[in-house]
Amino acid sequence: MSEETTQLILPKHEDLVVSSSPHIQVKDSVSAIMLKVVAAMIPAMAAGIYYFGISALWVILLCSIFCVGAEILWCLIAKKNVWATIRDCSALVTGILLALNLSASTPWWVCLIGAFLAIWLGKQIFGGIGYNPFNPALVARVGLLIALPGLMTTWVPTRQMVNDIRTTACAEEMQISSQFISNDDAKIIAAEDSKIDAVTCATPLGVVSTTPKNSELFSIANNFKAIDNCKANKEYFLGNIGGCLGETSSLALLIGGILLLCWRLINWRIPVFFIGTVFVITGAINYFYPGVTPSPIFHVVTGGLMLGAFFMATDMVTSPMTNSGAIVFAIGCGIITSAIRIWGNYPEGVSFSILFMNALVPFIDKFCTRRVFGAVKTAKKA
Amino acid sequence: MSDKNYTTGTFSGGIHPDYDGKDLSCNSVIRIAPLYEKYEVALQQNIGKAPKLIVAVGDEVKKGQKIAEADGFVSVPLHSPTSGVVEAITQIPGPMGVPVNAVVIKSDMKDEWGELPEVLDWRETDAATLKARIADAGIVGMGGAAFPSAVKLSPPPEKKITALVINGAECEPYLTADHRLMLEAPERVLTGAAIMGKILGVENIYIGVELNKRDAIDMLLAHAEKYNIKIVGLKVQYPQGAEKQLIYAVTDRKVPAGGLPMDAGVVVQNTATCAAVADAVIEGKPLIDRVTTITGEAVKNPSNWRLKIGTPIREAIKLAGGTTDDVRKVILGGPMMGFAQKSLDVTIQKNSSGILIFPEKKITQYQSSACIRCGRCLQGCPMKLNPALLGRLIENEKFDLALKNNVMDCMECGSCAFICPAHRPLVQHMRRAKAEIRNMKK
Amino acid sequence: MMCNILSQIDTSLLVAVVLMALIGLLLGLIIGIVAKLFKVETDPRIELVTSLLPNANCGGCGRAGCADFAKAVVAGEVAPNQCPASSQETVSAIAKALGIEASTSFKKVAVVLCGGDKNQTKNWTLYNGVSDCRSAMLIAGGPKACSYGCLGMASCVRACPFGAIEIINGLAIVHSEKCVGCGKCVATCPRKLIKLVPAGSKVHVYCNNPEKGPAKKKYCNVPCLGCRKCDKNAPGKFKFEGFHAIVDYEAAEQPTLQDLDTIKCPTNCLLSAQEHLAIEENNPDHLEKSSANAESK
Repeated sequence: MSEETTQLILPKHEDLVVSSSPHIQVKDSVSAIMLKVVAAMIPAMAAGIYYFGISALWVILLCSIFCVGAEILWCLIAKKNVWATIRDCSALVTGILLALNLSASTPWWVCLIGAFLAIWLGKQIFGGIGYNPFNPALVARVGLLIALPGLMTTWVPTRQMVNDIRTTACAEEMQISSQFISNDDAKIIAAEDSKIDAVTCATPLGVVSTTPKNSELFSIANNFKAIDNCKANKEYFLGNIGGCLGETSSLALLIGGILLLCWRLINWRIPVFFIGTVFVITGAINYFYPGVTPSPIFHVVTGGLMLGAFFMATDMVTSPMTNSGAIVFAIGCGIITSAIRIWGNYPEGVSFSILFMNALVPFIDKFCTRRVFGAVKTAKKA
Repeated sequence: MSDKNYTTGTFSGGIHPDYDGKDLSCNSVIRIAPLYEKYEVALQQNIGKAPKLIVAVGDEVKKGQKIAEADGFVSVPLHSPTSGVVEAITQIPGPMGVPVNAVVIKSDMKDEWGELPEVLDWRETDAATLKARIADAGIVGMGGAAFPSAVKLSPPPEKKITALVINGAECEPYLTADHRLMLEAPERVLTGAAIMGKILGVENIYIGVELNKRDAIDMLLAHAEKYNIKIVGLKVQYPQGAEKQLIYAVTDRKVPAGGLPMDAGVVVQNTATCAAVADAVIEGKPLIDRVTTITGEAVKNPSNWRLKIGTPIREAIKLAGGTTDDVRKVILGGPMMGFAQKSLDVTIQKNSSGILIFPEKKITQYQSSACIRCGRCLQGCPMKLNPALLGRLIENEKFDLALKNNVMDCMECGSCAFICPAHRPLVQHMRRAKAEIRNMKK
Repeated sequence: MMCNILSQIDTSLLVAVVLMALIGLLLGLIIGIVAKLFKVETDPRIELVTSLLPNANCGGCGRAGCADFAKAVVAGEVAPNQCPASSQETVSAIAKALGIEASTSFKKVAVVLCGGDKNQTKNWTLYNGVSDCRSAMLIAGGPKACSYGCLGMASCVRACPFGAIEIINGLAIVHSEKCVGCGKCVATCPRKLIKLVPAGSKVHVYCNNPEKGPAKKKYCNVPCLGCRKCDKNAPGKFKFEGFHAIVDYEAAEQPTLQDLDTIKCPTNCLLSAQEHLAIEENNPDHLEKSSANAESK
C-alpha cells in the first residue's frame, strides 16, 4: 500500500488531449458500413455466379478492381491522399454494384468504361464520397446503356436454362426457356459441343415490352400467360432467367436486403414503399386491363426492382435523411418505375427512376423536415 | 426484484453506448475526502451574476461562513469550505479553459464550523422561509447547469407549476455519484424533494431513475410512501436526464421549443440538489461539498468521494490512487458533455459531478471524413434536429441558415457526434454556431 | 442541284429546322423589344468607377461590394479613398474620372502581433478537433500554452479575400504586399491579435500578451518582457499595455529600421516585418515541411 502511494502518477499536461465532448464514440466507421454492404451483396454475387458461371465472377472482379483503380488514379491526378480516400471501401461497393448491374457476358473494356463513369463522373467530380448527388453505379449503368445500347441489352441464358434445353427432349416441357431463347439459339445450344457464347436470352420485361399491346388486346387476360404464370414466377424469384448478373435472383437479393435491415444500414421505408408502390400500380392496371401489363408479382420478381429497392435506392448518400423524405422518395421511384415499365419504350425503369429521384433529393430534404422536439405549431420560435 | 410498483417512461431518439463504465465505480461507497491544506474556491459557480466578495486577504474564516453574498436575483452566496485564513484572491484556471477569479483559503486543519442558522422543521415552516434558506445556503443545480435553485423555485405567478420532477436518471456513462447518493442517503434525497414540493405547492412529485439502478429504485421505494413521492423507472437511454426529455419521459408533457420547463408547468431538480436542500433546511449547513465520481479506465481506484468545493482536481486524482501511466485525457463532468481539462489546478465546483480520466486507448482521434448522409444523427438527436445538415452549414459558416434550422435548440448532448460513423465533430460545430449567433445578437 | 439535296433530306427534319429557326428569331425579337422598352438608365460613371476598383468585393468599405461602393462614390456619399483596398493611384484615377478632388488615402496593412510559432511557443496540451481558431477557442480556450498567442488554425487565412495571409510553422503571417487592409482578418481572429497599422510602419512588437515577463518566459521563447529597452532607446515611439510594449502607431514618428539596431530587443520580439517573415520562412522545420505540404495538398 505504501509502495503504491509513492508511485502515485499524475497526468502531465503535455500528455493531455483536449477535445470537444462527447469523449466517447461509437465503434463504427464508414469503412465498416461499406464492408457490411459488401457482405450483404454476397448472396446476390453467389447467385450470379451460380446461374451464369465463372464469367460472372470475372465481371465482378474486373469491376471491383477497375473501380478501386479509377479512384486511386483520380487521387493521384487530383493530389489527394490515396489511402484516406480508398480506405472507406466505397469504391469497392460501387464496383460490385456496377457488376451486379451488368450482364455476365460483358467484355472487360465495358467494365473499364463503366468503372471510370461511376467513380469519376458519378462520384469524384462532385467532391468524392458524401457529395455525389447520383448513385455512382447507376450513373455508370445508364451511361453505358445509352452509349452501348446493343451490348447492354444482350443477355445470356443461365446454365440451368442451357441444361434444360439440352436435356429436355419434349418441347412442351421446356416452356420457360423457349419463351426467352429463340429457336435458332436453342438449336445451337442443343448441339452439345457447340460454343454457346453467341446465344442470347431475352429478359421477361423485354418480352413484355415487345408483346403487342393494341387497344383490342387491353382486356385479354392471357396476353402474358406464357411468361407470367406460377411456375415462371418461381423461376424468376430463384433467378433462373436472363438478365443482369446480380438482379435476377430475387431470393438472394431479399436475403441481402434483410441483412442490411438487420444491421440497420438502410431505412426499411425505402424498399417497402418502392416495391409496394410498383405492386399497387401494376396490380391496379393488371386488374382492370390484364392485357396491358403482367401481374404485380411478375413485376416484383423480374427486372432490377429488388436490386434497386434494396441496394441502389437505399444508398445513404443519395437518399433523403428523414423518414418522411424516404417515403416520398420511394413512392416517387415506384411511380416512375411502373410508368416506364408499362408505357415506356424501355423495358426496365428502375435505374432511371432512382436517378431521377436522386436529383430531387435536395428538394425532398428541404420540404420533408421534422418538427423540433416541443415545437409549437403556431408560434415557431427562432 | 421488487414488485413493479413504479411506472416507466422514455423519450424518442438518443443513443446507448455498448459500455457505460458505471461498473467501475458503482460499488464504491461514498467516502469523505481528508482535509487538504489549501482550497481555491472559484467565485462564480452559478449561472447569472457572480456573487460579491465580503472577505479580504488575511481574514479568518470558519467552515460554512459566507465569503461572498448574492448580487442580485439570479445569484447565490458562496461559503468557505473549511476554517482557515483567506490567503489570496487571485485567478486560477477555470473548467472552461479560461482563467476565473477565486478565493484561496488556507486551511487551519481544524475544520471548525462557524455559526450556522437554526435548524428548521420543514413541515412546520412556511414556504417563503424555506426558500430563503435554500437561497442562503448557496444551492445551485448540481447536475450541470448550476442554475440557482431558489430562482427555479420562484416561478412567475402566471406559470402554474403542477409537478416537480427530480432527476435521478444519471444518464451520463461512467458517473455514479447520484446513484450512490440515492442508495446511501435516500431519506435526504426524498426529504429535499418534499421540501421543494412544499415550496412550489405541488402535489405531484416524481423521481425519475434509469432502470440500470434497480437497487436505488428499490431503496427509494422503501421510503417514498412517507413523502408521497412517485418513482418513475426510465429506459436506459442517453440523454434520459436532459431536462426536456426527462419531463417528457416522466410526465408526458412537452416543453415548447425555446421554452423553459415551467412553460410545461414543471420544475426539475437534481438528486444531489435535493440532498443539499435537505442539509440546508434540516441541519442548517450551506453547500460546501458535493459527491463526485472519480473514474475512468486510467484511474487506479475508481471511487466516489465527498469533496469540498475548491479542491483542486490534482488532489482528487490523488485520492483515487493516481492514474496509470498512459493517461491521456482529464475530463470534468461525464464523457458525453464534460469538458476536457488542460490543467490539474482546476478546482471542484458545485456542479462538478465527476472527474473522468481516460487512457490512450479510449481517446477517439477525430479523423473526421465527409458526411455520408446515413441519417443516424437524425435518429439520435433527442431534440429532433438535423445535425448532418447543421454540421455542413456551420462548416461553411452559414450561421444564419443554421439559426433557421433551429441550431439554438441544440443542447450539446453529444448524441450526434457519438453515433456518427464518419466521426464528425458535430458538437464542436454546434457550439461554435451557438457562440457566433449569440455574438451576432448582442 | 439544290432540289437534289432537299429531296434527300427528310421533310420532317426540314420542318424541325425551320421551326427551331423561327422560334429562335421570335425569342430574339422579344428580347430585343423588351430591352428597348424597359431599359433602365444607369449612370455610365458607375461602371467606370467599378472597373477601376479592385473588384474583390471584400466589404472593407462597409458596403455590399465594389459596385455598391462605386454607386455611393458617384452619388457623392463617400470619398473614393474610403476603399481600403485601393492604392493611391487608383484613388486619384477615380477622382480624376469623376472630376472631384482626390483626398489622400492612408494605406493600412494588417499585422499579426505574435512571434510564437511551433518552435518558440509550445502547445500546452494536444488538441483534437475542428481546425479553426474560433472553434478551438471553445475547447479549453485553445491548446496553446500562451492564451494570447496565435493558434495557427487559419481562420484569418480563410477570411482573407486577397490570399495575403499564410500559416507558416503554426503562425499566421501577413504578406504585406498583398494586404489591402480590408480588416476582415481583424474581425475573425478570436484572440484579437491582428491589427491594422499604417503601411509605413515597418517595425512591430510581435507579442500581445499582457502577462508579466517571467510568466511568459515559462512557455514562450520570444515574448515581450516589458523591459522598456525600446522605450529608452527610441523614446516616444512606443507605449505600454499591461506588461508588453506596443508600437505607438498614432505617434508622429514610427520606429525605423535604424532604431531596431540601437534597441537590440533581448528576446527578438521587436522585429521588422521583413525579418519576421524571413525568420519563419527560413525555419528548418518549415523548409522541410513545405515540400511535403505541397504534395499532400
